[in-house]
Amino acid sequence: MLLILLGVLILHLIILILLIVSTAVSAWSVGGQRSTDLWYNCMINNGGYHCKPASSEDWIQAVQALMILSLLFCFFSLIAFLYQLFKLVKGGRFFFTAIFQILASVFVMCAAIIYTVMSPDDASITQFGYAYVLAWVAFPLCLISGLIYIVLRKKE
Amino acid sequence: MLTFLALASVVLLGIVPEQSQAIVIYTGWERHALLGSDIRLSCSFFSWRWTSEDVTFSWTYRPDGSRDSISIFHYTGGVAYVDNKGPFRDRLEFVGNPGRRDGSILLKNLEFTDNGTFTCDAKNPPDIVGRPSSVRLLVFEKVPIQAGVITGAIIGVVLGLLVLIVVIYYLMRFLVARRVFSLSVSKHGKKKKEGSQQRQLWTPPPLTCYPLP
Repeated sequence: MLLILLGVLILHLIILILLIVSTAVSAWSVGGQRSTDLWYNCMINNGGYHCKPASSEDWIQAVQALMILSLLFCFFSLIAFLYQLFKLVKGGRFFFTAIFQILASVFVMCAAIIYTVMSPDDASITQFGYAYVLAWVAFPLCLISGLIYIVLRKKE
Repeated sequence: MLTFLALASVVLLGIVPEQSQAIVIYTGWERHALLGSDIRLSCSFFSWRWTSEDVTFSWTYRPDGSRDSISIFHYTGGVAYVDNKGPFRDRLEFVGNPGRRDGSILLKNLEFTDNGTFTCDAKNPPDIVGRPSSVRLLVFEKVPIQAGVITGAIIGVVLGLLVLIVVIYYLMRFLVARRVFSLSVSKHGKKKKEGSQQRQLWTPPPLTCYPLP
């Protein structure tokens, strides 16, 4: 029982860390000397790093908002989990935790989809960066974690 | 030997800070403006020395896609000289305050051909070593939404909905509890009314609530 609890908590923390890294690092698109989105457009000159703010188009702002919201909801779900762990009646389900976690996974999915569809097909930017990959990895993990919370029941 | 060291240290202390001083010029990074509107391009500087009377400001303009830049504004000796031959004749105005280290200019009635880079160079003698700073002007027919507005709006709306749902949930719980309470009060009131009516017809029924012995 304690093992399951620990496993679920560690999964939740891993998802939170993935979301934080994916949101904060500006490496959704990389290519050669440039690394751009979500917040900065950085270029490595022979002088060093040269960063300017990312383009303020509508879809980038939507992706920023959805990533931040998913991060917040994942954090709220962690708080709700810790709260319900001590306050829930016996045999009750972790309802609020599951709702927030599933909403977080939906937001990450929307953000990743919007970015995939709308990112420009530049010649210089060829690949998706590691922050983009982390967002796609965080989405199924978050969904699975939410479903686990729906199934989980407080015993004893 | 000691005097030589002392003299050398005094000389070094006198030279080194002056070499590390430099004038730092601040302009914006990018400015967006609507076609036909006015825009104020700000330029200010930071210098370790007092603002001298020979402070100079000069603005140069390089159109987008061109490699030549032309000089459009110069302030020196207390007099501002604006462009009277180039692309900004009669559209440029000096709105800065050199005494407060402000060398801003006002561009009026913008056109699409005004897209380009404006470079401000300020000199505060004897502090003249510095890097000019550039601001890029973008003229739009319709100004696009500023960075962060949509982000903030989406986040605000979702969090607001969340707070609203939580508030409504607790309000409903509170109201339902109150309705149960008020139902029992009205029943008690009805019983009292029936009792008073019966008093007029016959003797009131005996009280059922005796204090416990």
